[in-house]
Amino acid sequence: MQFSIYIIAECNMKLMTRDDKSLLYNVGGKEGVLDEEVLLLTQQLLSSNPDFATLWNYRREILLHLETVRSEDEIQRLYEEELSFLEACLKVNPKSYGSWHHRGWVSTRLPRPDWARELSLCERCLSLDDRNFHCWDYRRMVVRVSGVPVDQELQFTDRLIGSNFSNYSSWHYRSTLLPLLHPGSPEAASPQREPPTSSLLKEYELVQNAFFTDPNDQSAWFYYRWLLGRGVCVCVCVCVCVWGFSTNSEVILRCGYRNALYYKSLTHLHKICDLPPGTISDTSNEHNLTVHWTERHTHRDCALYTGRSESWCRDSATDLELFRSELSVEKSSVLQSELQSCTQLLELEPQNKWCLLTIILLMRALDPLGYEKETLAYFQTLKEVDSMRTSYYSDLCSKFMIENTILKMEYAEVRVFSLCEKNLSTLCHLDQLLLVTHINLSSNQLLGLPPQFAMLQCLEVLQADDNAIENLEGVYHLSKLEEVSLRNNNITQLSDLKILTTCPRLARLDLRGNPITQIANIQSQLAELLPSITELLL
Amino acid sequence: FKLNLPSHSDERLSESVIAAACARVGQRVLHVDRRSYYAANWASFTFNGLLSWIDDNKVCTYFTLLFITPVNSFKQQDQEECAPLAEDQQILSSDGEPQGEEQLSGSAPTQAKKKKISYTKIVKEGRRFNIDLVSKLMYSRGLLVDLLIKSNVSRYAEFKNVSRILTYRQGKVEQVPCSRADVFGSKELTVVEKRMLMKFLTFCLDYEQHPEEYQDFTERSFWEFLQNNMLTENLQHFVLHSIAMVPRETHTEEGLRSTQHFLRSLGRYGNTPFLFPIYGLGEIPQCFCRMCAVFGGIYCLRHSVQCLVLDKESGRCKAVIDTCGQRISCSHFVVEDGYIREEQRKGVEHKHISRAVLITDGLLLQSESEQQISLVTVPPLEPGAPAVRLVELCSSTMTCMPGTYLVHLTCPSSGSAREDLQPVVSRLFTKPASDGSDERPAVLWAVYFNMRDSTAADRSGYDLPGNVHVCSGPDAALGSDHSIRLAQEVFRQLAPHEEFCPPAPNPEDIVYDGDGGQGEGAGFSEAAQAEEGAAEEAEESKEKEASQESSPVEVGEMPDPPPAPLAEE
Repeated sequence: MQFSIYIIAECNMKLMTRDDKSLLYNVGGKEGVLDEEVLLLTQQLLSSNPDFATLWNYRREILLHLETVRSEDEIQRLYEEELSFLEACLKVNPKSYGSWHHRGWVSTRLPRPDWARELSLCERCLSLDDRNFHCWDYRRMVVRVSGVPVDQELQFTDRLIGSNFSNYSSWHYRSTLLPLLHPGSPEAASPQREPPTSSLLKEYELVQNAFFTDPNDQSAWFYYRWLLGRGVCVCVCVCVCVWGFSTNSEVILRCGYRNALYYKSLTHLHKICDLPPGTISDTSNEHNLTVHWTERHTHRDCALYTGRSESWCRDSATDLELFRSELSVEKSSVLQSELQSCTQLLELEPQNKWCLLTIILLMRALDPLGYEKETLAYFQTLKEVDSMRTSYYSDLCSKFMIENTILKMEYAEVRVFSLCEKNLSTLCHLDQLLLVTHINLSSNQLLGLPPQFAMLQCLEVLQADDNAIENLEGVYHLSKLEEVSLRNNNITQLSDLKILTTCPRLARLDLRGNPITQIANIQSQLAELLPSITELLL
Repeated sequence: FKLNLPSHSDERLSESVIAAACARVGQRVLHVDRRSYYAANWASFTFNGLLSWIDDNKVCTYFTLLFITPVNSFKQQDQEECAPLAEDQQILSSDGEPQGEEQLSGSAPTQAKKKKISYTKIVKEGRRFNIDLVSKLMYSRGLLVDLLIKSNVSRYAEFKNVSRILTYRQGKVEQVPCSRADVFGSKELTVVEKRMLMKFLTFCLDYEQHPEEYQDFTERSFWEFLQNNMLTENLQHFVLHSIAMVPRETHTEEGLRSTQHFLRSLGRYGNTPFLFPIYGLGEIPQCFCRMCAVFGGIYCLRHSVQCLVLDKESGRCKAVIDTCGQRISCSHFVVEDGYIREEQRKGVEHKHISRAVLITDGLLLQSESEQQISLVTVPPLEPGAPAVRLVELCSSTMTCMPGTYLVHLTCPSSGSAREDLQPVVSRLFTKPASDGSDERPAVLWAVYFNMRDSTAADRSGYDLPGNVHVCSGPDAALGSDHSIRLAQEVFRQLAPHEEFCPPAPNPEDIVYDGDGGQGEGAGFSEAAQAEEGAAEEAEESKEKEASQESSPVEVGEMPDPPPAPLAEE
């Protein structure tokens, strides 16, 4: 009787009528019986409550059993009856997981399936509720199995979008169909996969019609973002860095993804290894190191010249390659005309956040430095019209400001880097700053130094006055760090500073204007915690 | 034979609604009509019926028929298929003046491209489709639709969505983007125009909430307001003529109100604000008549009232005497304006409506589907001319035979129907031509006539007893709100404390005496339940009907109204 216990545990008895309950006990008593009588019993139960997974499973067992003992025609008839029963169930609950799943199963078991009928069923369901994702899933299954041409499906989305464009499902379906129809189009980066411009322009036109008609509808904007930004990740080795101390030497490899859509999450800093002691024992000779990246079949060379204790090899930070992460490298004429359309829309709808945000992204893609002033102004407006997301916009703005500052570096080997008075609320792209020895983060709105801060492996002097820093998580194993200035921040406890013990060379620490200075005996406690410090300002 | 409660004479929309409402709350209703068909000016005719109506009305005195004018003097190329209906008919108007000599004839276009439609075929098939005398559409959120749903009368009829709103602009017919989907899909509008239009329409939807937007224009015209809102010229055209459907000089607030009315009806059943009943508008009064009969109303066709019997003291009408000399007592008497003698309505001024009904061979604007119901607004062709409203019906509405289209033209009269409407017809349509070079559809048959519009008449203009209620005939407006409002007012006078058309129970919910043994009141034992669900159900069922837009119409035989219980004395 394990079976019936299982059923009762699953179904909500309150929802069942007395008849249903007695039926259920009948089914329970029939455990192991695989005949049409049970098929009928389960049918009665399911027609009043189609969300009853166990009963569907039971039915499938029966049907599978019957398949072995019946002729093909009988099976065909049996499954066709099952399909019409399912239609009745879908009328009870058009979003029943059980019914849709069972229908998919029946369709694949049917000896002679009628896919046209299934397609028209989907069409009918979607005309009643064009956001029924169960039906969308089922339709995709039907389309895949029956081989409906892609362009026909695209026309189908045309039709659905035409009748109501506020529909993520249709737009999304479109975004999966277009790459199939034009296999080259999403990867615009490589020349042999040049997208057919005319069809791309048509898409831009379509989606523009949508957001001009209703700029507050986000489904169109999301599709637009997809259209603009289909960059692919090319993982490359950006920088190899070697330095030696008297005792050991290290090789650091940084690889990043150019043109990556998810730039932030995909950047890595690998410390490859400590070179075995004595490998580079004398600096009077030139040493050549080669890093092989077998997975990517690439290698980088790095030469440690005579008399130097460190060396690096990295790509120059040209703006085209660095931060074009959000939007793909489209023809800039296309982006330019998109920017014009959006600006036009903004004149009509100065408060529209989607429009503002898209303009900012387009400007970033076109000319991040040239549009810096406008971008900042738009961010200000965005924060006003969409106050719920001020922090998001601040972080995004910080990211762009840091990018711009990096782009402004005259050459890649700049070692003194200032980000003061930029209203930063977060830090990113720290991987770009691997070689920096002096960083100034003063007068921003930072609450902490994030773990990625530890990428600044060459850092010697950190200045972060006039922020609201509470934690120093990222000041971790910075082997060259000598001086930290944290005036007027929000450091309150001794434990906040504990992480500094991982930086062996730290000699000067400025904590003036922090709450921690109010603690009694703080000086002696600090001296105990950080014995290497020779100059402590409180 | 005596009735102690309202007696009605004739039934048009208002009268049939009043009759149904009275019967529904238990009043006894006698419905008298001197004609053999229901609904008078609201009637739908078969083609042959229309022809005999045309015949009848040449000499009709109460009905102002001015012109019947088939337009084409075609060349008879196929003798067998052509049958000229009549020649050189002289049509008299109500006051007896000859109004002109017109030719009434049918034709068989013999265009190579299009299917041949012969006149004989139209006559032969004529019994299968209904032609209305009035041309109206139902606003999806108008009073009529609300009433049909509320009263559960909607189950007696089926409806189709009007599928397109078109307009005549710069010499051609084009689609008016009025819904969100239309605006999105429009090829004519630039993206900026799309935004401007959507912004304006969104504002109109709840314009009362933003008085600051239009307060400077309360004394000025809607037209000026549109111009001030920086709408481009074609947007101004769409909003003024096709959405608000008002003349240029209309005041801003009225224009906004009309726009709002249009917009609120959008999307309830389809992509346009309008519904059209299958088999024509004449169905609607009939539906209410049926409801009246279900609740005990008695109908006498080909029967009319000769005179009223007044009570000397109160001056009220206490009975009527019919043409057989029989006296029928009544407490109220409802009559259509057209029945009232001139002496009794000295203070009433009448306007007229110019009408034309055409049978054509093609759509005004081609589209993927041949089955389209379109509303076409034609702004005044020249200053001072009236704006003409044109409704083009396809065969699935059961108003014309397959391959043809029934076109109604309506405008307030400034001259005769022909003078008012002929210029529009000649621009939009062509005569049947053999070469088929003209893109425009050809007119196969046409009739022009004028109708009286007494809606502006004031009750005090009639010299009648207090319990005689006058209903006006059809008005020129597109919707039927006026008639419904009038019916509501009259009903309130007849039965001040009763509900107006409460939901009728579904037939299957009715438990007859004996079943439950619960006396008369329990005749509708499930009435309460029905009331709860009825409105929703009606709406649902209508939505279903409306959604079957392009599917072939399947209307079963209409059940006869149950026999009315005899009123015994």
